Amino acid sequence: MKNYQSSDPFKEARVSSGCAHMNDQDDPVTMILRLKDVRKTAHNWKTFQSGAAPGRIVIPSEVNIRDTRQIPFEVDPPLHGAFRSLLDPWFKRPLKAQYQETLAQQVNALVDDVLKADSIDVVEDFALCLQSRALTLLLNTDADEADTWIGWGTHVFRSEDDPLDGDKAAILYDYIDEKIKASSPNPEGDLYSVLLAAEVEGKKLTHEEIKGIMILTFAGGRDTVINAVTNTVSYFAQHPESLARLRNEPEIIGRAIEELIRYFTPLTQMGRVVTQDTQVCEHAIKADSRVSLCWASANRDESVFESPNDVILDRKLNPHVSFGFSHHNCLGATHARQIMRVLIETLMAKVGSIDIIDFEENIEYLGEFERKVGFHKLHVNIHPR
Amino acid sequence: MAKITFMTQGNIPVVVEGESGSVMALAVENNVAGIDGDCGGVCSCATCHVHVAQEQYALVGEASEIEKDMLELDDDANEYSRLCCQINITPALDGLVLTVAG
Repeated sequence: MKNYQSSDPFKEARVSSGCAHMNDQDDPVTMILRLKDVRKTAHNWKTFQSGAAPGRIVIPSEVNIRDTRQIPFEVDPPLHGAFRSLLDPWFKRPLKAQYQETLAQQVNALVDDVLKADSIDVVEDFALCLQSRALTLLLNTDADEADTWIGWGTHVFRSEDDPLDGDKAAILYDYIDEKIKASSPNPEGDLYSVLLAAEVEGKKLTHEEIKGIMILTFAGGRDTVINAVTNTVSYFAQHPESLARLRNEPEIIGRAIEELIRYFTPLTQMGRVVTQDTQVCEHAIKADSRVSLCWASANRDESVFESPNDVILDRKLNPHVSFGFSHHNCLGATHARQIMRVLIETLMAKVGSIDIIDFEENIEYLGEFERKVGFHKLHVNIHPR
Repeated sequence: MAKITFMTQGNIPVVVEGESGSVMALAVENNVAGIDGDCGGVCSCATCHVHVAQEQYALVGEASEIEKDMLELDDDANEYSRLCCQINITPALDGLVLTVAG
């Protein structure tokens, strides 16, 4: 069995119907499966709302475990745009040379460490560490903060036996509360200080708004980046020729990043709450019900992507929606893309081959569908060049 | 060699020159304001949206179907819109004027 494969469980439903249904804690979801429909729905923020009850657009719903509104993704225009204007320049900092150099140092050190080990679990020993350390750059905070976050494990809301672990979420909330209280307004400082100094629509941000932004920054880029990194290592383990090709054709790295992110689609779907009776691809949708924008299905839409179930490292046209679409596209996408670039460049430089010893897949159960989104465990031997 | 002028949202002309590659890559190299090119040129982010001057539209040609689908939902799109990651630099583009979309 080739475990790098990320299957397309939505194919039949996407072709035949365009929609599917799943029950999420007695608050049903109509899943939208075709790329064009996903895009149109994502764009129509008036009918398909993000600013519903906090946690309701997330699937599985987090309504029962949180009251804090995550910002900007649970806010609709025009306020959404005001928050994005504040946050976008900060979240574009990964384009700066200094940021990239420090990220490269982090990843190089981590790869050197795992090369010395007999074997590692890519999830715990590599992807979690990489994501946590890189997050110190995004927050512009002390490097040793990463050790605390590594201790939380791979998901801030989920534990092994509970997909919605309120106690675990409380650890993050208490931590963020303390950090905000301990910070002072400083436009040159870490993200907490920058937010304390900032204004949106002429008003200082409240503690709750800053908390909502920080929770999103922690939660939104956690398991998604871990999935992207782990799946990528798994892919190179199964395809050593791909690493060799990238060494010979470094000009295709940008395309390879987009293709791996399309193929693996680290976030399967995101919901919206419908504000009025409407329809999506001829399916009636009732007001106050939920739809999902199923990025994972849209990214395999055979009417748009040639050979959608193959990884084509130099795919030239790749209109994927792995980072979402329209107003709510992923705030952390620049950071995520830089992580992928530095990771791939470091593996190209240092790694000869990767042997998979054993693994445990991370399967999502979504109504009639089962989708592999990544791994719970991936034990490998990594051999230097 | 092609000399291409970008009119930014502030209506400031930025003149750049290139020989090959995509117009988006040339704009990013020269820090043209408003052209982000986040996805590196695979037509997935639409952050390199420009309007081609009407009389020059034939020079660059029509968008592909996939590119049109990307532009379809952009509030600033019009019939002369292109994603400049999908325009390759050729000598024929010398003198091209592109307005950065909002």
